[in-house]
Amino acid sequence: MNHLSKDDFESTVYHVTQSQDGAVIEIEDFNLWYGPSQALYNVGMNIEKGLVTALIGPSGCGKSTLLRSLNRMNDLIENLSITGGMRLEGLPIYGPKVDVIGLRKRMGMVFQKPNPFPKSIFENVIYPLRVDGVRDREVLAEACERALKGSALWEEVKDRLDDNALGLSGGQQQRLCIARAIVSDPEVLLMDEPCSALDPIATSKIEELIDELKGHYTIVIVTHNMQQAARVSQNTAFMYLGRLIEYGDTEEIFTSPKLSRTQDYVTGRFG
Amino acid sequence: MNPGDMMEAVAVKPATRVTETRRSYESSLSARGEPFLWGFGGALAFGVLLVVGFLVLVTWNGITTFWPKPIHVVTLISGDLVAGEPTRSEPFKVGPERMASLSEAAKAKIANDGGFAHRVLLRTGNFDLYNDDFRWVEDYKIEKTEKPVGMFFIERQEWGAFVGGIKALSKDGATIAGEELSLDLLHKEHQAARRRFDAIHDIEKGAIGDVNYEMNQERLKIRKAVLKYGDNAPEVRVVEAEVEREASALRGRFDALAAKAQEIKGEDAKVQVVLNDINGTEKTMPLSLIVRFYPANELSGLDKIGIYLSRWGEFLVDDPREANTEGGVLPAIFGTFAMTLLMVLVVAPFGVVTALYLREYAKQGKLVSVVRISVNNLAGVPSIVYGVFGLGFFAYIVGGGIDALFYPERLPNPTFGTGGLLWAALTLALLTVPVVIVATEEALAAVPKSMREGSLACGASKWQTIRNIVLPRAMPGIMTGLILAMARGAGEVAPLMLVGVVKLAPELPIDGFWPFVHLERSFMHLGFHIFDVGFQSRNSEAGKPMVFVTTLLLIALIAVMNATAVVIRNRLKRKFMVGHF
Ligand SMILES: Nc1ncnc2c1ncn2[C@@H]1O[C@H](COP(=O)(O)OP(=O)(O)OP(=O)(O)O)[C@@H](O)[C@H]1O
Ligand SMILES: [Mg+2]
Repeated sequence: MNHLSKDDFESTVYHVTQSQDGAVIEIEDFNLWYGPSQALYNVGMNIEKGLVTALIGPSGCGKSTLLRSLNRMNDLIENLSITGGMRLEGLPIYGPKVDVIGLRKRMGMVFQKPNPFPKSIFENVIYPLRVDGVRDREVLAEACERALKGSALWEEVKDRLDDNALGLSGGQQQRLCIARAIVSDPEVLLMDEPCSALDPIATSKIEELIDELKGHYTIVIVTHNMQQAARVSQNTAFMYLGRLIEYGDTEEIFTSPKLSRTQDYVTGRFG
Repeated sequence: MNPGDMMEAVAVKPATRVTETRRSYESSLSARGEPFLWGFGGALAFGVLLVVGFLVLVTWNGITTFWPKPIHVVTLISGDLVAGEPTRSEPFKVGPERMASLSEAAKAKIANDGGFAHRVLLRTGNFDLYNDDFRWVEDYKIEKTEKPVGMFFIERQEWGAFVGGIKALSKDGATIAGEELSLDLLHKEHQAARRRFDAIHDIEKGAIGDVNYEMNQERLKIRKAVLKYGDNAPEVRVVEAEVEREASALRGRFDALAAKAQEIKGEDAKVQVVLNDINGTEKTMPLSLIVRFYPANELSGLDKIGIYLSRWGEFLVDDPREANTEGGVLPAIFGTFAMTLLMVLVVAPFGVVTALYLREYAKQGKLVSVVRISVNNLAGVPSIVYGVFGLGFFAYIVGGGIDALFYPERLPNPTFGTGGLLWAALTLALLTVPVVIVATEEALAAVPKSMREGSLACGASKWQTIRNIVLPRAMPGIMTGLILAMARGAGEVAPLMLVGVVKLAPELPIDGFWPFVHLERSFMHLGFHIFDVGFQSRNSEAGKPMVFVTTLLLIALIAVMNATAVVIRNRLKRKFMVGHF
């Protein structure tokens, strides 16, 4: 099992034929290189609208890279090159005339490590609205409350919205970042291991939150926690060494995967 | 931590066993690095010692300068009398020629001390009588030293100090002397005289100065009109008539003021004081020209504190006199402060914008590296070179251009075309901008990438990210750069001598005439004041105390400005850097 090389893989195994119906994001034959080294190989998948899609796979397999490609956060990296394409609601994500800022506004993102801004809690949450030029204090306050309630943080911080966000605990900071990601009602929510810094209680709060949010948002979540993937997602994509190995219904991936590699990973025999 | 990492950590553990090849558990001395540690510690201690020693020297000399000292009257073996404040004393080697002229007893004593004798420097004052302020007195020449009563230390408006007695006061023709001339009476008369002096000063320097200034502005109007319309144009006639009307009004004001001043002067001349020095030489002068007098050997502790404080007061809020060696330094404090502030106002935006472009927008390549290295090297250029550049470029080229365009009526007298506050501030800004650029670049680089990504992921543009997230977060680092720049700029003297600092500036750069802030004016500076008083005045010994006090003041001023900036920075830091782990 462990003497696999990158060339051993043929192509992704899909449980359902990939059709464009109901897909928010379509990824087509996507390759990505960091300078000379390739990080993603021929990734193709359709992400279904209103569902939670989990990206799983061992460390370094390219989950974050794929997630960051979706809202073009990788643009910041020098010497990056890609081939293939992605579409959001039918519109190309990569292309010469794409409005990157507009694109990012349609996708909220929660990072692996909480990254609040050195501002007040209030200003942190409503930052996307400020950026959009919203001035109305009432609108902002209302949006802030809604987002904080959405991320299960409201009760803890409602009395100190003007305190510096850097004074929150790590788990609170992460929920603050989630509030920030949902405050402007994006269509897609990208979450990169949102619970890696959290205790079990906060984690279950976030999982509940994801459950509530699905349907309203399309969620793509990277996780190392198999139970979590099984609990919150409807679709699961298993990645390995930069390739998408198997993609399908979460239950099927966990109970009857078509490849033994997937089976080994989800049962914890390697990785 | 993810499961993969955990497994790795477990797997690695057994490998850290001590192997057979390890012979000694004692690490060698050099491996423990202790000799280095001693070296580092020693270097630090040496550095601290030097700095502390310097500060103690300056502070001690600075704060003791104004303390009133007793007056010693020395009777020499030759029968001469010398009176003065002892300033300092030192041992010295007696040369053979001098030795030959000495008495046997003195010779024996010197031989006993290994060829050395002692001498003391007396501040004798009375420059107008003896052409010298100080006198060395060797101990073997002294018969006796006394501190008699009735010796006054008299600070005068001109000629420096007078050491001696107050013999008489003549007022309106009547002479008061002897028992009648009490200290209280003297103080009362002196206060009245000083009020007259201030009144004359206010009229001559203040009101009449203002009238002269306005008169000059009126005259310039004619020049302006001539330049605009030609020599004999009818418009010029109109302006001339108008100016003549204004000028005659001003002349009326001038005459009234001058008459008033003359009246007070006449009154003042009636109160004269007769001083006599230790050898009986008399000196008569108006009482109002005495700044301060005190019986040096009869002072109580409270008197001394009073004199001490009043001297500090004079130093801090008065204009200098006696070629800067006496009086105050207010114009220099003001000039230093204004110039530094102006410099920071220029260098802060300029340096920050440059660093922003270099770090955030420019494509990081060879060219940017070259620019960066050049900027760093600019910090090593001798500051006098900046002065030359400032004079040549700012004053002559830019300033000359401004004069030709906006002030043609004043030519050939330069307005901006010579050194001045603005050009000095710009020159220093140029000198300190590398510090700000380097510090800002570092501060920008230290902003965590995750914060930028967080902002960009929210749909913020690059500029919004920089303005809302990066700049505020980098602000403490930028402030550090500004503090360094400020300290460097406020202490710089050499380039300023070329671009606007003068020994004595007649006017402050801020006054009541439009546009109130006169950036083209030359100004005084504490750093230059130190150089001038200490090394350029007629009597460097007289300026020495002033050097220490001014140095102390300059250090204090820079310290205060820095402390303010540090407080602001720390407040920012607390706001942006609270961490949670
Ligand atoms: N900025 C970068 N420059 C160069 N190589 C990178 C960069 N970021 C990631 N890589 C490489 O790309 C590969 C995929 O990295 P990625 O961060 O996507 O992994 P991951 O699946 O998210 O891993 P983890 O679960 O540990 O977060 C890795 O081999 C990594 O070394
Ligand atoms: Mg990752």
